Amino acid sequence: MRIGVGTILRPALVLLLLALVLRPDWFAPVFRPLAPEGAPAIYARSSLLSLSLSHLGLVAAATAAATLVAVTLAILVTRPAGEAFRPLSRTVTNMGQTFPPVAVLALAVPALGFGAGPTLVALFLYGLLPIFENATIALSTLPPATMEAARGMGLNRWQRLVQVELPLAFPVILTGIRLSVVIALGTATIGSTVAARTLGEVIIAGLLTSNTAYVLQGGIIVGLFAVLIYDALVQLEARLARHTGGRRTA
Amino acid sequence: MGRAGWGLSPPGVLFAVLGLGALLLPFLTVAANRIVAGDGVLPWRLAAPAVTLPGTAAVMAGLLLGLPSAWPRLRFAGSILGLAGLLWLLMQGAPALLVGAGDYARVSPAIGFWCLLLILMLLMADALAQLAPGSLARGALLAAVLGTLALILWSGTLSQLSILQEYAGRREAFADAAVRHLALAFGSLATAAAIGFPLGILCHRRSSLRTTTLPVLSFLQTIPSLAMFGLMIPILGWVGDSVPGAQAIGIAGIGFAPAFLALVLYSLLPVVGNTVTGLAATPPSALEAARGMGMTPRQRLWQVELPLGLPIILTGLRIVLVQNVGLAVIAGLIGGGGFGTFVFQGLNQTATDLILLGALPTVALALVSAIVMDILVELASPTPQGTA
Repeated sequence: MRIGVGTILRPALVLLLLALVLRPDWFAPVFRPLAPEGAPAIYARSSLLSLSLSHLGLVAAATAAATLVAVTLAILVTRPAGEAFRPLSRTVTNMGQTFPPVAVLALAVPALGFGAGPTLVALFLYGLLPIFENATIALSTLPPATMEAARGMGLNRWQRLVQVELPLAFPVILTGIRLSVVIALGTATIGSTVAARTLGEVIIAGLLTSNTAYVLQGGIIVGLFAVLIYDALVQLEARLARHTGGRRTA
Repeated sequence: MGRAGWGLSPPGVLFAVLGLGALLLPFLTVAANRIVAGDGVLPWRLAAPAVTLPGTAAVMAGLLLGLPSAWPRLRFAGSILGLAGLLWLLMQGAPALLVGAGDYARVSPAIGFWCLLLILMLLMADALAQLAPGSLARGALLAAVLGTLALILWSGTLSQLSILQEYAGRREAFADAAVRHLALAFGSLATAAAIGFPLGILCHRRSSLRTTTLPVLSFLQTIPSLAMFGLMIPILGWVGDSVPGAQAIGIAGIGFAPAFLALVLYSLLPVVGNTVTGLAATPPSALEAARGMGMTPRQRLWQVELPLGLPIILTGLRIVLVQNVGLAVIAGLIGGGGFGTFVFQGLNQTATDLILLGALPTVALALVSAIVMDILVELASPTPQGTA
């Protein structure tokens, strides 16, 4: 049953998303009844493709930077020398994730001004936490037998890290990256309230002019992007877990 | 760990270095009015040296007390001393800077203050992690912190700060927003629990229901919040227009109803998912014993599975509460009220302190909710170590 639904629904949703982004005019009859009298039904102030690319670009850049920093920090606190920072890092990740992403975004504005900058910083800061948390858990709960074997093979610390620890921890780290990406996609949408170019612009324009057609158009596109990216990352995780023997799932 | 005597705590050293560095940054800014950017003022230039010295000295002493790793109590005391120093500088600096600065002049905390606040709170968190207080001690500490904060705000010693001047002009709107925000966050939590809890129990019983419900709920969770709030508008607008009497009870496309419904939808996954996980976590031996005692499935659920799964179920509620406190900010964009109203008004007017007036209470509410729920989870756990 799962295969059936997934194999039909996934390509259908991808096609729908592509059509919505590349050929918005096709959907004019669908959105027409929702637009107010005389107002356009299809968002045309800027191209949906460029908004999508800018949205995804922000998310990708922030997530890549967050992954790099978070995994480095996680490696540091799981070494003996970084042990003293473990309790602190646990508190920070625990409490930091209670900070609402919107608040982080709003607080970045006074510090950095309007535009893509504060959005990028907010996405980066917020994205650190789930990745760091998962990477720390993954790196500190590696199977002792495997680590012992790696030491027995004469691998030095660097080789153990690169050849054994990181590959084994990767599926769990990927789960953290997925959580980050989902939050980042959502926060980037709100980023359009601080003048970042994202798909949220379409929704906000709809809210400001009471044009439900815009709201729905933007909402569906952003929602489809989020759901499809989430789904792709879940598939990737499942595949990786099968490769590494399906050690753990978080 | 295990290092006794005069060993230095590595995080303590980091905080001291960063904290002393932050003392060299502007502590307050003075601006001619609430919109324009202000000029930063360094901590020792806030007022006469005799006035600023006790404050800066307290901050420095607090940072230094954070150094010895073997004395967590001293480190904790250091963080309190440092925070008191910050408060002193704010109290003394704001009125001194406003003298002769004009009628519309505003004083706000600057980057140096925020950095020091963060560093000292991290020092406190680090010391507390070392002390590992029990749940009751943590509750008492939280109450003490909130009490002190309330006392400071009520006493009016900080009323010269710009954020409190924004508040003074909006007392009633602020109270309204607070009530609305709490209604959104807690109301959606209660509704989601009322729906999600029975649904979770059903999912626990029937695996076919579980395999269809949980993926659908996790996809709902994935939809970005602004999109979700937006998508609720046409749906509820249609319901309001076409169902007789719906508008009379407040169901309309814009306002409270779509925000509330969006929050409920977001809350379902943590509630249902954690109920299922909590119920499934009952040790087989306990179930076996319950069966052996002749308990009916109903008795097993209420007397064995639910009590044992309670910590995990409560963890789900914690996730929901913290998430909804934050997401309720978005309601401000669709006329749903709450602290988000101030955040987005502030963003529109580029009035930083108005943004803060909305964002800071939200952050505080989320933190307090998380701490209180953590304590509840711990109290519900059969072993003091919790389930983490």
